[in-house]
Amino acid sequence: MRIIWSLLLLGMAVGVDAGDIKLLNVSYDPTRELYQDYNAAFAKYWKAKTGDTVKIEQSHGGSGKQTRAVVEGLDADVVTLALAYDIDAIARQAGLLPVRWQERLPYNSAPYTSTIVFLVRHGNPKRIKDWEDLVKPGVAVVPANPKTSGGARWAYLAAWGSALKRSGGDETAAREFVRKLYNQAPILDTGARGATISFVQRGIGDVLIVWENEAHLVLREFGAEKFELVLPSISILAEPPVAVVDQNVRRHGTAAVAKAYLEYLYSAEGQAIAAKNFYRPRQGSAARLAAQFPPLERFTLAELFGDWQRVHRIHFVEGGVFDQLQQPSR
Amino acid sequence: MAGIVKRQRIAGCVKSQRGAEESAVAKWLLIGGAIAFCLVFLLLPLANVFVQAGAKGSAGYWRAISHPDAWAAMKLTLWIAAISVPLNLLFGLAAAWAIAKFEFRGKALLITLIDLPFSVSPVVAGLMFVVLFGLQGYFGAWLRDHGLQVIFAVPGMVLATVFVTFPFVARELIPAMQATGSDQEHAALALGASGWQTFWHVTLPSARWGLLYGVILCNARAMGEFGAVRVVSGNIAGKTQTMPLRVESLNEEFHGQAAFAVASLLALLALVTLAFKTFLEWRQRREFVLAQQAAAGELSVVSPPSSAGGRPAATKGTRKHA
Repeated sequence: MRIIWSLLLLGMAVGVDAGDIKLLNVSYDPTRELYQDYNAAFAKYWKAKTGDTVKIEQSHGGSGKQTRAVVEGLDADVVTLALAYDIDAIARQAGLLPVRWQERLPYNSAPYTSTIVFLVRHGNPKRIKDWEDLVKPGVAVVPANPKTSGGARWAYLAAWGSALKRSGGDETAAREFVRKLYNQAPILDTGARGATISFVQRGIGDVLIVWENEAHLVLREFGAEKFELVLPSISILAEPPVAVVDQNVRRHGTAAVAKAYLEYLYSAEGQAIAAKNFYRPRQGSAARLAAQFPPLERFTLAELFGDWQRVHRIHFVEGGVFDQLQQPSR
Repeated sequence: MAGIVKRQRIAGCVKSQRGAEESAVAKWLLIGGAIAFCLVFLLLPLANVFVQAGAKGSAGYWRAISHPDAWAAMKLTLWIAAISVPLNLLFGLAAAWAIAKFEFRGKALLITLIDLPFSVSPVVAGLMFVVLFGLQGYFGAWLRDHGLQVIFAVPGMVLATVFVTFPFVARELIPAMQATGSDQEHAALALGASGWQTFWHVTLPSARWGLLYGVILCNARAMGEFGAVRVVSGNIAGKTQTMPLRVESLNEEFHGQAAFAVASLLALLALVTLAFKTFLEWRQRREFVLAQQAAAGELSVVSPPSSAGGRPAATKGTRKHA
């Protein structure tokens, strides 16, 4: 029995090695590259400022799945997720941070923004320029499943919002447009990264509806000669938020460093790293912005849909609009 | 001695062919089909792992497998196997012994329970542990108050692996132990051996091949397990990522070659395991043949006229190889 216990203890010790401060950042899929860069920069900054060595550990996955894990006890010091609804769930279901967490950092606690764009194959063979082109006959679109993926929720709302804007606020027209769009999807991956891999590596579909940052990343990783980014005339202002998980940092004694970690995202260096990884910074030199991110009309969630609780109740709840749209044809 | 083995084999072949006299076409179709199936579904994917791993040169390969997170994943994978295999060995041995050699009430239930992990999807198995030990689960709050982390840490991953690999040792041992029956044990007990001595000197040696085989299978599954471990791991790079999880994560980061590099290591571990298994089977067969010859030699003492010349040679051979 003693042997078993000592083996178990050894097993627990495996993950723990030397290092002054540890911080666990639980994040969503497409931020892997962003936080690899940012963690190194922050560790350097923190060392220079306080003399402490900080090692940041990362966990990535679909935003909804990561939320579930934190609610069930994944020991995150900070969460950097795809949408405020997920952090709300951590606050409401597990009570790990106050419900009004979003007021604690500037810009609704979203230090960078993004939007939803299209990625098409080289030469744009299906001539996709804007949202209407997605529902033309014979166009196979690749979105992810908005019930499980944060990015896919933004994409769904971007599609819905664009139709509202086009039709002057006609909900029926928007509903019809979104129905057609999802009926032209050959597959519905559970995560944004999964959808990207389906489109890019497995060659499925004509157009990927995707985070702007993810589209840029694909161009960088797989070459601009294979794919093209198409900016629609209008899209949504996606705000991926960040928050300190109060209960966890209290237990770990990492409150100060966790807060600084998120605040540094708003610094000049943090914003530059975000821009380098294709997230639109909140502030920074206008020149850099113009070159990398062409101006794009972006509506906000609040402007067209209210808040996430309402959106969830109407669209994504079991039997909600998204489920209803799926039914007739499947 | 070699001559005897050969003759026995030939005799066996002739006998089996007589029972299945098919036309040459049917024979070759069946054989060809089986070989093609093995090539397409087993060998090709395996070969592809190694081809892809080396596709962009050895520099990328070494970078991938020498990455600190990859090292951590290897260490963790081996640790989890090193903890869960002995646990299942102890359990499997005890359960198989009880089932094969004794009659008791609830035996059928025990056998069903041992098979349970085979019928439960690994993902569901992982979720079970989340429901038990997660923060919203039955023991989660208590564990957290006492500073213990089970889910999203190594203990939870060990638990999930133990659950999934639970049946392997017992399942291999039960038939092996049943095959030998309990006559030898009865004899040992009648001759005055204690229960422990009987187990140690009679039961265990006769079942040792089944035991080793079960341990090898258990180990292979423990190192390769994905679904259950993924649910309880939290997927923290360098901390709670095993090799299969690392492969998935690399693939999602668009590092295809690195993913295949780590996968090739995993495949190599599996191949080593298989080679070891084959070696054991070969030794087991040889030992069996030698034992038969030895038995034949003993018999020949009783009836000297038939094999007066053969006996000393066979005995000598047995000694040399034993």
